[in-house]
Amino acid sequence: MGGHVRKFIENAGWPRIIIGLFLLSLYAAAPFVNVRVLTSLSDTLVRVGMNGVLVLAMVPMVQSGCGLNFGLPLGIIAGLLGATTSVQFEARGLAGFGFAILVAVPIAAALGFAYAQILNRVKGEEMMIATYVGFSSVAVMCMAWLLLPFDSPVMIWGYGGTGLRTTISTEGFWRHVLSDFAAFGLDGGAFYFPTGMFLFFFMMLFLVWAFFRTKTGTAITAVGSNPEFARASGIDVNRMRTISVMLSTVLGALGILVYDQSFGFIQLYMGPLYMAFPAVAAILLGGASVNKATMVNVVVGTFLFQGILTMTPSVINSLLQSDMSEVIRIIVSNGMILYALTRKTQVKR
Amino acid sequence: MAQLEPLLTMESVGKEFFGNRVLSDVTFSLGRGEILGLVGENGAGKSTLMNILFGMPVISGTGGFEGKIFFDGREARFSSPFDAIDAGIGMVHQEFSLLPGFTVTENILLNRESTKYNLLVEVFGDRLRTLDRKDMRRRAEAAVSAVGFSIDPDTLASEMPVGHKQFTEIAREIDRSHTKLLVLDEPTAVLAESEAEMLVQSLRGLSKKGISIIFISHRLQEIIDLCDKIVVLRDGSIVKETRPAETDIFQIANLMVGRNVESAAERRRSMASTDVALDVDKLWVDMPGETVRDATFSVQKGEIFGIGGLAGQGKLGIANGIMGLFAAGGSVSVKGRKMRLNDPAASLASDMAFVSEDRRGVGLLLDESIDWNIAFTAMQVHDKFVKKLLGGLVKWRDDAAMQAAAEEYIKILDIKCTSHRQRAVELSGGNQQKVCLAKAFVVSPEILFVSEPTRGIDVGAKRLVLDTLKRVNEELGTTIIITSSELEELRSLCDRIAIVDSGRISGIRPATDPAPEFGLLMMGGELPETGSDIDAKGGDA
Repeated sequence: MGGHVRKFIENAGWPRIIIGLFLLSLYAAAPFVNVRVLTSLSDTLVRVGMNGVLVLAMVPMVQSGCGLNFGLPLGIIAGLLGATTSVQFEARGLAGFGFAILVAVPIAAALGFAYAQILNRVKGEEMMIATYVGFSSVAVMCMAWLLLPFDSPVMIWGYGGTGLRTTISTEGFWRHVLSDFAAFGLDGGAFYFPTGMFLFFFMMLFLVWAFFRTKTGTAITAVGSNPEFARASGIDVNRMRTISVMLSTVLGALGILVYDQSFGFIQLYMGPLYMAFPAVAAILLGGASVNKATMVNVVVGTFLFQGILTMTPSVINSLLQSDMSEVIRIIVSNGMILYALTRKTQVKR
Repeated sequence: MAQLEPLLTMESVGKEFFGNRVLSDVTFSLGRGEILGLVGENGAGKSTLMNILFGMPVISGTGGFEGKIFFDGREARFSSPFDAIDAGIGMVHQEFSLLPGFTVTENILLNRESTKYNLLVEVFGDRLRTLDRKDMRRRAEAAVSAVGFSIDPDTLASEMPVGHKQFTEIAREIDRSHTKLLVLDEPTAVLAESEAEMLVQSLRGLSKKGISIIFISHRLQEIIDLCDKIVVLRDGSIVKETRPAETDIFQIANLMVGRNVESAAERRRSMASTDVALDVDKLWVDMPGETVRDATFSVQKGEIFGIGGLAGQGKLGIANGIMGLFAAGGSVSVKGRKMRLNDPAASLASDMAFVSEDRRGVGLLLDESIDWNIAFTAMQVHDKFVKKLLGGLVKWRDDAAMQAAAEEYIKILDIKCTSHRQRAVELSGGNQQKVCLAKAFVVSPEILFVSEPTRGIDVGAKRLVLDTLKRVNEELGTTIIITSSELEELRSLCDRIAIVDSGRISGIRPATDPAPEFGLLMMGGELPETGSDIDAKGGDA
């Protein structure tokens, strides 16, 4: 019995057990402060679905040894370009969402390719450089959003007549098209399950999982594990890294589209700036290291991290009678990043 | 040396790790100025014994040890390495623990620098005393000359050849004025034959000065040449304590492995085939530390071709260059077809395989499992272990086939592991080498390059590795090109041996030629001034 427990702890890792127990205790405490457990669970699941693909976007780069994708904003920008373009052409419903994907993916692939060329020149310092690629691309786009020739009245500033607004509603276009697909509710709407969004998330998980079971995926994993070994086996290391960065960027674009359709708004300008950090924190919380990540890491990490984010505002605020949610969110997400990066050497062993 | 009382005595020392007995009833003594050779296969308990002596925390943290150790007349039970150092035990590890950006002097005197008073000491204490560079230099020079080699004390550690690093490390232990016992764990494993010879000389000098030495090595000839006393460990107990005059290499090797090791002197048949498998013309390779300037040779089909030479002369560069791992030029033809250089994929596609000398750096995916390590190259280069799905659109990894192949090689090569899922980093050196070989065999190469196949692995594994190479050559007709710094190994295995000197092939001789012949070639083919020097280089074991 003791052996089973020890083995479970060893497999799951202390951070996940501690956070998991904390999350459990939040759910347990919820009824006592007049927070409905069912509603909280529903909120958590919706957030998992919204963020899942963004977290998944970490995996390819981690596997190829490019580290955590702090340059996620780049993929997000591609997604946002797809989203705004589809709104501009008044594409609605699932078709509109599909149109956004069709526009976003090639842009993401192209940006990812350029991004990969930068990362291939700074081997060993990828994460630092990636962070700045993300930040600077957001800054460039701040100008572009103003200058791009969008003229749909739904999106542009009312007073000037040009330039996109900071927040654009997807209401009437493709808001909730994935979430509401085959969605069901329980207990008179207290519980809502966004079936379509999860189907999409699991399809993406499956595709990435399958990709890493192919010959190319195996080569990428080997590049991440030991680039010299891969080179000696005739692998073009830079090519494999490029593929992984492009894949990560495309997933980032898809991720933000899923996020936006559920959230109901497209957030431009500084919106993407800090989007990488919650995703990084989630995958690390899920047990990934900077050079190994699995689908289980993605699912577990997203659930734990979003669970904490959903539950702390409602439960802790009711308990403390003050708004601590933002503080706790920052402590948890940045604390996780810090923890995982200090464990880097130990994980490698 | 006066043998009043032994410096070190071990009495029935034993140790268990979690119910797993690794040492039992080890009893021996070591006199002042004596050199004790400690030999045994990997896992025989040598390192554990030294950890006990040195008071490593890993011992006390796992329940201490049994028995008694007397050092310098008193019972010693060190609770940390610092106590052991204070008592006068110095340890030189297999891995270099030198600061690369520091000079020889700074490395030798690290944390024991000579210092001078200055005013800041009054405020901040002794940590801020000024370094007395002149005195430090003097001390470093003294320590260096005590070891018996010469090097500028201002050389940076990062710019030194491997051999000098090892000497610097020994000099550091010597500088501790009261060092009475020096423990060297595999000091020659990374050294070339000539450097090892220098080291052996300097250790002799130290023992004459009254310092006792425990010398751990896989190179049995050195043990016999150097030591006053030899202790053979097998499975945690002493199987033999002897003196070099009473024994020889084969007896020790037999004792170590507990099974018969046949003499290395068996000769191979001469090759009948005249087909050329590999033709190398004016090859140059830019490999740091092993530059090849102009190598021209050809290898016959089915031959075992040896490449020997001193360290740093370029023998390792040849295989690395042909396999595309370092920038190379010239012309290489495989089976009459010219091959593209600087492209590992092209080399692998020409049915060649390479077992690198840099096992951990290039040879293995340390963080991945054994089956991945074995199957990866074959999968990527030859589409083995791949299932084609959707009409060849998707190349799916065939885990079942990988597992089957891995299990087969685990059996054939006797790889000691928990399962095919065990990570390569957890294996011992010898077993890692076997995985590297399996990786090469699984692509069924026509030409196999093997570099330093036995470096740092124990006698049992060494035998198995060499026998396997020989068998693959005989049964499958694989052409093998083996690069090694151990001439005896080459002579026992190869048909012909090329000696590399200053990046050029100084000669190619049949392996049956006498050893001094090869020694001569290593010296660039010129006659050295004394005849005895040739014999030493030839290593006529």
